[in-house]
Amino acid sequence: MPVDVFGSFALVLAFVCAVYAFGGGIAAIITRHPLLIKSTRQAGMATCCLIFLATFSLEYLFFSDNFSIAYVVSHSNRDLATFYKIAALWSGQEGSLLFWSFLLAIYVFSVLLAYRNKNGELMPYVGVVMAGVQIFFLTLNNFVASPFKALASPGADGVMNYVARADGNGLTPLLQYPEMVIHPPNLYSGYTGFTIPFAFALGALLARYPGEKWIHLTRKWTMIAWMFQSVGILLGAHWAYAVLGWGGYWGWDPVENASFLPWLTGTAFLHSVMMQEKRGMMKVWNVWLVFITFLLCILGTFLTRSGVVSSVHAFAQSSIGTWFVAFLSLIILVCFGAYLKNRDYLKSENQLDSIVSRESSFLFNNLILLVSCVAILSGTLFPVFSEWITGDRISVGAPFFNKVNIPIGLLLLFLTGVGPLLAWRKTSTESLKRNFGWPLAIGVVAGLIALVFGFREIYSWICLILCVFVASTVGLEFYRGAKVIRARSGASFVASAVELTMRNTRRYGGYIVHMGMVFVFIGLAGAAFNRDLQKDMRQGDSMQIGPYTLVLQGFDARPEKNYTAQRLLVEVLRDKKPIMMLYPEKRRFETTTENGTMVAIYSTLKEDLYVVYAGNNPETELPVVHAYLNPLVKWIWFGGVVVVFGTLVALLPNRRAMLVLAGAQQPAVAAQPLGHELAPTVTLREGHD
Amino acid sequence: MKKQAKFGVGIGVIVAAMGFLAWLGYGESKTYYHTIAELETLKDSARNQRMRIGGTVEVGSIRHLSGRVDFVLEGEGKTLPVSYIGTDPLPDTFVDKSQALVEGRPGPEGRFVAEVVQAKCASKYEAAPGGKGGAEPSPTERSGM
Repeated sequence: MPVDVFGSFALVLAFVCAVYAFGGGIAAIITRHPLLIKSTRQAGMATCCLIFLATFSLEYLFFSDNFSIAYVVSHSNRDLATFYKIAALWSGQEGSLLFWSFLLAIYVFSVLLAYRNKNGELMPYVGVVMAGVQIFFLTLNNFVASPFKALASPGADGVMNYVARADGNGLTPLLQYPEMVIHPPNLYSGYTGFTIPFAFALGALLARYPGEKWIHLTRKWTMIAWMFQSVGILLGAHWAYAVLGWGGYWGWDPVENASFLPWLTGTAFLHSVMMQEKRGMMKVWNVWLVFITFLLCILGTFLTRSGVVSSVHAFAQSSIGTWFVAFLSLIILVCFGAYLKNRDYLKSENQLDSIVSRESSFLFNNLILLVSCVAILSGTLFPVFSEWITGDRISVGAPFFNKVNIPIGLLLLFLTGVGPLLAWRKTSTESLKRNFGWPLAIGVVAGLIALVFGFREIYSWICLILCVFVASTVGLEFYRGAKVIRARSGASFVASAVELTMRNTRRYGGYIVHMGMVFVFIGLAGAAFNRDLQKDMRQGDSMQIGPYTLVLQGFDARPEKNYTAQRLLVEVLRDKKPIMMLYPEKRRFETTTENGTMVAIYSTLKEDLYVVYAGNNPETELPVVHAYLNPLVKWIWFGGVVVVFGTLVALLPNRRAMLVLAGAQQPAVAAQPLGHELAPTVTLREGHD
Repeated sequence: MKKQAKFGVGIGVIVAAMGFLAWLGYGESKTYYHTIAELETLKDSARNQRMRIGGTVEVGSIRHLSGRVDFVLEGEGKTLPVSYIGTDPLPDTFVDKSQALVEGRPGPEGRFVAEVVQAKCASKYEAAPGGKGGAEPSPTERSGM
């Protein structure tokens, strides 16, 4: 059987299995028949395996250079590097929708497998919700955007004949970059991953499943999805920075925004669930946060795939939009229905006690994340809504997004430092002084020093103070905790800090994530000081930017397998001493006659020297060099790595608390707001580690 | 003051402040979308707004002059001469027959003065997944970040 037939057959079967998992699942919930429950679960797993098979089939078609398949023809060619043949899978509409199904199938399969003998009351509901989402994407894969369409043309007798091309059109050059191989899988793993907490939240609501158990069960899944989403966003930013050659990494473009929205609500959710776990509050809010996060994931996919508000009108406009709008409406209806029917199940057990408390910091954290989300969403969809309401299509640009989001980001940064150290219910003035005295003093001193050194950008200045403040609070927490352990065990300070982290991974992993965000903010603050310079250069000419002197030593052309690279050889000097060579490139791709830019970046913690070969001046025929000096950018990527590390730490199970803990409850720790979290009772709770 | 009222005030202040900032940003950056055909029918006041116009670059019309690039956009059977006066280099994808989006204001003699040009090669470009390729910021578009 030809592989494409095999693949499309697997997709059809997957659809059938998913429909059975959905319909049979509902029947199983009603009848509670154990065999039916088992068979629907197995149908769910079969759906996933069939999707895996279909995806591998499509990838096989790419690797075997099968140019009788339309999708392969439009996204690959023989000379395309193996690496990019993997990426070609998700470089177009049909393939990336299949890829969505594929990643979702990995999650669904893991969930079904991990909980096959647990939570019997809840799992059939969860399975039905997951199958419902899978049915939607399999409908698209099978009937709307099939990736396995063969090329065919009508012959003389009017019968369609299969045709095969000798070679494909190649992958668009913009995507031929290493990040493009890892960025979409990450972002898509984020998008699809939020399906799991959604399925549990909706399932628990429908089943009126008692307690906060669904939150404990989904914490890991939410964090994994959140981590992938974070990495995906940062890799996308890095790709924009390194490939597009405009010197920036974030343009508030609709598709960028679309990836950011679920991240914001997902972040809000990760924080506000703690209110529910500890104090039984915010139950309605949490359920809706998950619903909204999932809706935003679908919306993000929709915006990316349909081109409905694409910044350059609609390049990839397609009929697929209708399907997404229908699916979004259906989810909203189901969520509302489930909420209205079972809302008494979500009654809050407590009320807010004080404005200076952990609860209120979470509340404000959630509020500003949501305000940011609403602002970005409305800005992104502004062209659509303004056209509906006034008939004019109006868009808003970067100033709109920056005006709102910079203050929000700073407020959030402030809460990052303050929130974790406030006590539940009410915080005493004494504890405020104890926890924030030093960090605040250090932050203010840093601010004053910066002022003396001529720091005049107000937002960056506030950001600097806050970064120092937050870093100090985090440092102080580690210091205090490690000191206690060190006093008992006599281990080195670093070993004590590691021990401390391993005993309460959730808390200290969280601090590490916060520290990573501080680094990201340091990097963002640098943007206020960006400089750039453009010059036509002869061989031997030089230009000066900041401390660097760039000398054009020459140019060469290098034919590669898939393209020809024209390079400038630029020598970089600092204080008259040569420090390195940079090779900014222009690439000309033979199959598409398109061009690509390769930026040359000399990156240090202080600043990036970013050099672009901006083409030749048509009058003088001289190469144009565009150099940027972007301070602190590296901190953003570094911060991203720290965020991932912290999330991974937070996912680890706690090292079992030892006898030391009983002693550790002495003044130094006992007075600490979250000291009770060290108690083993919390760490032993199922799913909450 | 009661606790609930305190929270209400806090929330209100934040939301109002953000709303105000959003309104400022909106005024600063709002841009109208028009088609080439619509441009001719606009009234005087509407003609001075900042706007975006999309079209296809006419074959052979791109001329590099000192300090600016002239080209002709066509769409719906109409044409529009454009002068690009921005300092950033034009995107790699800006070639004959590419789809382009220009942002700026109508100038004298029916010529459109563009400060920003975005372009996509119409022949085979399709939006990339993961939120990027579909409409990534082109080399001439910047944000303040």
